[in-house]
Amino acid sequence: MRRPVSTPPGKSAAGDGAERRTEPLLRASGTTPPVGRCGVPGSGDQPAEAREAPQGRPPAREADAASAARLRSAVRHYGPPALLTLAALGLWELVVRLAHIPEYLLPAPSQIAADLAADWAVLGPALLVTLREVLIGFAIAAAAGVGLAVLLHLSPMARRAVYPLLIGSQTVPIIVLAPILVIMLGYGIAPKLVIVALICFFPIVVNGIDGLRSVDPELIRMMRTLDASRWAILRRVEFPAALPTIFSGLRIAATFAAIGAVFGEWSGSSQGLGYVMLAATPNLLTSRIFAAIVLLTAVALALFGVVSLLERIFVPWAPRRSAHD
Amino acid sequence: MTSEAGDGTARAIDLAGVGKAFSGLAALAGVHLSLPWRSRTAIIGPSGGGKTTLLQVIAGLLEPDTGLVWVAGATTARQRLAHCALMPQRDLLLPWRTALDNAAIAVENRGVGRAEARRRTHPLFERFGLAGFERARPAELSGGMRQRVSFLRTLMADKDVLLLDEPFGALDSITRAQLQGWLREAMDAVPRTVVLVTHDVEEALLLCQRVAVLSQRPGHVITVLAGAGGLQGSRREIVTSPEFVSLKEQALAVIGS
Repeated sequence: MRRPVSTPPGKSAAGDGAERRTEPLLRASGTTPPVGRCGVPGSGDQPAEAREAPQGRPPAREADAASAARLRSAVRHYGPPALLTLAALGLWELVVRLAHIPEYLLPAPSQIAADLAADWAVLGPALLVTLREVLIGFAIAAAAGVGLAVLLHLSPMARRAVYPLLIGSQTVPIIVLAPILVIMLGYGIAPKLVIVALICFFPIVVNGIDGLRSVDPELIRMMRTLDASRWAILRRVEFPAALPTIFSGLRIAATFAAIGAVFGEWSGSSQGLGYVMLAATPNLLTSRIFAAIVLLTAVALALFGVVSLLERIFVPWAPRRSAHD
Repeated sequence: MTSEAGDGTARAIDLAGVGKAFSGLAALAGVHLSLPWRSRTAIIGPSGGGKTTLLQVIAGLLEPDTGLVWVAGATTARQRLAHCALMPQRDLLLPWRTALDNAAIAVENRGVGRAEARRRTHPLFERFGLAGFERARPAELSGGMRQRVSFLRTLMADKDVLLLDEPFGALDSITRAQLQGWLREAMDAVPRTVVLVTHDVEEALLLCQRVAVLSQRPGHVITVLAGAGGLQGSRREIVTSPEFVSLKEQALAVIGS
């Protein structure tokens, strides 16, 4: 049924060869060749598309303008929260001074800053202890959480069995579990790691499962017609597609991690920021408690920042949130 | 690249009385179709007439409720899947892969390392007019280029049968016309058994040697017409030739009735 084509199959049908081949045909029929209009690759439709194709690589001479623009966007981005924080701190300082509020009730920000520096010998080592608990606990939660999410995704049976238990486990308040864990695991770092991991684990697993499940089924069908094994689909499609959702879970977990470490330290410890706060309470060293809170917030924010940075590195294709939101 | 026409089987694709329903609603009923090796067949018909379902049944992504499907002699869904590559309507390029790595994914799926998969894909990548865009992300490509990468990805699966589901449906008419000319060239260069689903009569006639007309839901094949896939010349010459115009009139008469 098929009539022969102008060149034997197997010979180049694209590029320059093809272009040369089509031209005589056009002339033979008496039409004016509209210069590769009919979509021979590398000729007609190429330049139009090439013009609109690669974006986002500014030449060197525009670098100055670009960095100025980056500065402006940074000001737009960080300006409002910085101003609001400064205003709140200023108001706090003013109220404490004007109303002569005693320091043990509510220390002024300036007093907290002074104590932060003065008590650094106590706070510094405590910060390191807590930071270590937060980082290791978070890492355990991330590995276990993502691992379990993948496992539950691969086995619907396991998902049906484990998922309700997972949600049930979240209804038990960690603060109740903490003392039990201390009894079981002692006063060392172990119960703190378990508590940090437990508190971080849930958002990571839930986001992981949701991310893996919400992959476009058409993508999976496409991969199946391209000989993809279950493993290939997971590795090349589902996991990368789920990464933005997994990172949302990690970011939520990052903000919980410091709370977990403090719970753990409150339940039984002799070091760490949580312990410093407990020890300061009966002595009415309110300003030191606030200093510890400042450091805890810094730990949580730093972890959040690191996770966001990792997301930028590992999910470069995700639409960047603009400086406006 | 592919096994030479046939593995002994006379027909690439055979459908006998194929029916498929979704939650009680029949999409296909009594589809009979027989396609020789290396033939190009278009399936046209009204929207919702089960064209995509038919492709998925052939591909082995769906099992028919009634009737039998043979692809290269294989009948089970799993075996059919091994013989068919499906190019979906949307390009479905993976945003985390570069254009070249998207095109090479089927090679990687066969267990070939990434560097080697790139090396094997690159000659066709250049031949399909994509040279210089190897490392571009899909978001940086125009619609026409994305569709070409998607076609190349399907081709690199190295299957006997290519199933194209409205490959140019989402493109503007100018890009569409360009890519139709391009696809003719590409299919001549790398001949396969091709089934093309489209709702565009002209596209069907231009790209294929035969055009199967599907009925309203539940779909069955009303008739198989001759296409212009064997005519020589540029897209414009063919489309304006008297032969093509008369084929188009015939087709429109059947579809309109």
